Amino acid sequence: MVNSMGLDNRKMVFWAFIGSECLLFGSLISTYLIYKGKSLVGPYPHEILNIPFTSFSTFDLLMSSLAMVLALAAIQRGDMRQGKLWLFVTALLGLIFLGGQVYEFSSFVHEGLGLTTNLFGSTFFVLTGTHGAHVTVGVIWLLTHWVQALRGKLGPAQAITVEITGLYWHFVDVVWIVIFTLVYLIQ
Amino acid sequence: MKSWLTTTDHKRIGMLYFWTALVFFLIGGLEALVIRAQLARPEGIGVSAEIYNQMFTMHGTTMVFLALMPLSAAFFNYIVPLQIGARDVAFPRLNAFSYWVFLLGGLFLNASFVAGPLFGAAHLSVAPDAGWFGYANLTSRQFSPGPNIDFWVLGLLILGIASLAAGFNFIVTILNMRAPGMKLMRLPVFSWMTLVTQFIVITAFPVITVALVLLMFDRFFGTHFFVPAGGGDPILWQHLFWLFGHPEVYILILPAMGIISEVLPTFSRKPLFGYTVVVYSGVLIGFMGWGVWSHHMFAVGLGPIADSVFSATTMLIAVPTGVKIFNWIGTMWGGQLRFTTAMLFAVGFIAMFIIGGLSGVSHASPPADLQQTDTYYVVAHIHYVLFGGTMLGLFAGMYYWWPKMTGRRLSETLGKWHFWLTFVGMNLSFFPMHFSGLLGMPRRIYTYGAELGVTRLNEISTAGAFLLGVAVLVFLVNLWRTRTRGEPAGNDPWQGATLEWATTSPPPVYNFTVLPRVESRLPLWATEHHGAMAPLPATPPAPIHVPGGSWWPLVTALGLPLIAVAALSHQLWLALAGVAVVIAGIYRWAYEPFEA
Repeated sequence: MVNSMGLDNRKMVFWAFIGSECLLFGSLISTYLIYKGKSLVGPYPHEILNIPFTSFSTFDLLMSSLAMVLALAAIQRGDMRQGKLWLFVTALLGLIFLGGQVYEFSSFVHEGLGLTTNLFGSTFFVLTGTHGAHVTVGVIWLLTHWVQALRGKLGPAQAITVEITGLYWHFVDVVWIVIFTLVYLIQ
Repeated sequence: MKSWLTTTDHKRIGMLYFWTALVFFLIGGLEALVIRAQLARPEGIGVSAEIYNQMFTMHGTTMVFLALMPLSAAFFNYIVPLQIGARDVAFPRLNAFSYWVFLLGGLFLNASFVAGPLFGAAHLSVAPDAGWFGYANLTSRQFSPGPNIDFWVLGLLILGIASLAAGFNFIVTILNMRAPGMKLMRLPVFSWMTLVTQFIVITAFPVITVALVLLMFDRFFGTHFFVPAGGGDPILWQHLFWLFGHPEVYILILPAMGIISEVLPTFSRKPLFGYTVVVYSGVLIGFMGWGVWSHHMFAVGLGPIADSVFSATTMLIAVPTGVKIFNWIGTMWGGQLRFTTAMLFAVGFIAMFIIGGLSGVSHASPPADLQQTDTYYVVAHIHYVLFGGTMLGLFAGMYYWWPKMTGRRLSETLGKWHFWLTFVGMNLSFFPMHFSGLLGMPRRIYTYGAELGVTRLNEISTAGAFLLGVAVLVFLVNLWRTRTRGEPAGNDPWQGATLEWATTSPPPVYNFTVLPRVESRLPLWATEHHGAMAPLPATPPAPIHVPGGSWWPLVTALGLPLIAVAALSHQLWLALAGVAVVIAGIYRWAYEPFEA
């Protein structure tokens, strides 16, 4: 394969994709910030956001990035026992994050903040929901690698595909750090 | 048939893009003729306001998303891999996917013309009717209760996926698939402008995607993103739309600028004057295109500071554009000019684009813009840049590359008829609009009164539009005739300098018998520093592996309109079926044996 820039095609396309995703999340985050404090009725962010709980979710997602690094390193050196373990741990931590989001969403709805209640609800659910959808895709992707590894079809030769999943996973993680800071910490 | 449905050959996909986009171009042209027929005389000829709104909305949407962009994509597909000396694009199946999504998105959008009975509407047509930039809150459920805007939102979301997938693909293709020795600063200008365009695509389309998703939530789930009653701000739509929409203008014009930067040197028998400056100007336009969007919104009243800043950036972006115009003129200066049809269209581009550019600079000034906003003056401007610019550039590309794509030249006699009819027709049609606009004729109103004093101007515009229709018919005859009676082209009918002319016409499936080794910007021309590239061997010295086709891009693409139809008809099971098709398609795609 021709390779003018010395970077694998698949890796390059994912960097481009991540650049594009920055604009997607950038637009959603901007919309959130523009509508901050513009809700006509409550509940308002300070009444409902649970920072200790979400700090735990955030820590969980950060740890999943560590697990991702360990998974890739293990697969690259051909240690598939460790590779399988850490792939699964990464996906599991992602699932825990998603579980936290489901709990958070349902408790918000329970407390009277729905998608259409006010601008805070609309912008919050669409922004964090889009992020959650990205995490879901990442979990499915990780589990696909894990199943392939269990079937003995994933080895160091396919490490590049895991590396690309890792790029995506770390990116989704970084986006969450931005969302956590702008939505939860700076109210 | 099967081989076309499963093809991953960039050349076949390029031809599919061309014919599909040409059909949509004809549909968009017919919509324009309905508009012009209605405006031929005061109080119209009987087109209702509803139908008129659908016509101008679908005309704009079709021409931008279904004609100009995909006609450019036809050349990205066919020509760029040849120009950079590659055997195919980086991701051949993703390329097929882009095409199928584009086709299905276009069909979905146009299905709205006949979908009325399915929604219990009184009319056959429930086409989108809020203008091609769909301003809030015309698009809210309150003011547009029917399915019209739903077709628009969902159709554009589908088409965005096609553009994004192609954008990623061509960025990697151009950066990573270049033949040995094809340094970035040896890339043909068309490939350079394609690269810049794709970077704009992958950064601008996410913004419109978010805007459309928010609008979709407003319409389907009752949020208030753009609904003032719930605290939402309709101006946010304008910001998001034009934050995409202005870069989109450069998505439309840069490929045409790339085309004429190939045509002018070939028919002037001179290298492009100031290659590096043209390339850097294109890159600069790509960046600066992001800093001018609010000049579409001067009438909103954003305040003196915002107006001043956007006025200044808008005047500034005319500079790199002007630089290019001088470079093109400099290229022709002292050259051995050959006025083929392609050359005529390229020169026509320069002249018409200057007029469009000047009227553009005139509404960079907010006080002037306030007089021009929403009048025919703006309609004149957009048609001088998008028809006089982009479309003439694309026609130049068709006459220039058709011999390469089919092995036969288009008739020069018919081509010259085509050019002159187009040139006269467009000026008759669009030039009087400057005056009717300044005299106060508003755009997007289905009738006007005789007392406005614009009747004669409108008669001329309508006559010009129908003349353009005749010009397009001449072009169609030319295409048809060339299938069998066109003069065989040979490898290099125009003595071009770039790699696409080094191989046969049409090229073999593997493009080049051996990958060319590039030593200059103009590999096929001898210059003072080096000779022309040696001809490629007639047959490949070693067997070349060509990947077979794949069904999965088409299958995956088919899932998307299913989801859109589910959203229109509120059928959850259909949405789940669509998602299942997409997921199944992606998995089969990812794990099928396919070597690129």
